[in-house]
Amino acid sequence: MLTILKDMGSEALQASPQARALGFTLVALDRAEATVRCPYRPELVGDVETGVVAGGVVTTLLDHTCGHAVLAALDVFRVIATLDLRIDYLRAAEPGLDILAYAQCYKLTRSVAFVRAVAFDRDRDDPVATVQATFMLDSSRPSRPARSASKVTAKSDGEQPV
Amino acid sequence: MIMNAALPAAERLADLIQRTPYIQLLGVRMELAGDEMTAILPYSEALIGNPGLPALHGGVLGAFLEMTALAQLFVMTQTDRQPRTVGVTVEYLRSGRPMDTYARAQVKRIGSRIANVYAEAWQETRAEPITCLHGRFLMAPPAENGPSERNHEAASEMQSGSSPVQALAAT
Repeated sequence: MLTILKDMGSEALQASPQARALGFTLVALDRAEATVRCPYRPELVGDVETGVVAGGVVTTLLDHTCGHAVLAALDVFRVIATLDLRIDYLRAAEPGLDILAYAQCYKLTRSVAFVRAVAFDRDRDDPVATVQATFMLDSSRPSRPARSASKVTAKSDGEQPV
Repeated sequence: MIMNAALPAAERLADLIQRTPYIQLLGVRMELAGDEMTAILPYSEALIGNPGLPALHGGVLGAFLEMTALAQLFVMTQTDRQPRTVGVTVEYLRSGRPMDTYARAQVKRIGSRIANVYAEAWQETRAEPITCLHGRFLMAPPAENGPSERNHEAASEMQSGSSPVQALAAT
């Protein structure tokens, strides 16, 4: 999966309409690790008094980056879905700056992937938010026809079927 | 914003929605019946996370619930300064299908500093929630005392001149 995702780059993220709407781009990708950028836009502000980007945008960025790290940890494509996110907002993001997220999938079991991630604006060691997340593997619903292996590459952004 | 705080909750809520860019971006509406608020996330293709299923983006559902929790706190308190989110726990119970989504929040406790809020989102059946959230929020200090939070202060400086709300709050 890592090779496929690397070849696709940001395209794999952009297959998701919401990721495209927020302008997510892939910054770096490695085995079980992903870094994604969310460009600053005034439309993403959650509190006009402060100009700080809404926490919800950070939620979406973290969820998406975690999902990408899970896919980058897999040997073959599997449909995944977020089970839960536990996010701590450590400080307000600096208005005007892009927000990045770095996620690491540190454990894969047969059914569940465990991921942690940070969101930051200037320095990864001074995070805006941290998250601990779990993802279900092979989460596709029984009503859906099984996806054939040949379709896998086109559907590599299947990490958000929550 | 003492002036605005005296307005009825419905008007204050309408004002909050109208002036918050991210609420506008998601197209979220909020309806108030007494002190109970229902938030509505109208379906749009841009909200999809996985086009294969298709399913709403989990992040959007988390964002929607956080917004609902914040808005419920907003209508229950007499300050127009938003609480800050300390943390959220989001659980995904069912896939979010491509249709309108609704949410309600219950404020479990408002302390002098921290509020705990539970929020739930559903689609066709209220009793079958698709996502739920437990949120922890830091309440804004009373506006009379001025901004005492460092981040709020720094952020306000960077934003100065562009916010009529802030100009009012400063008076």
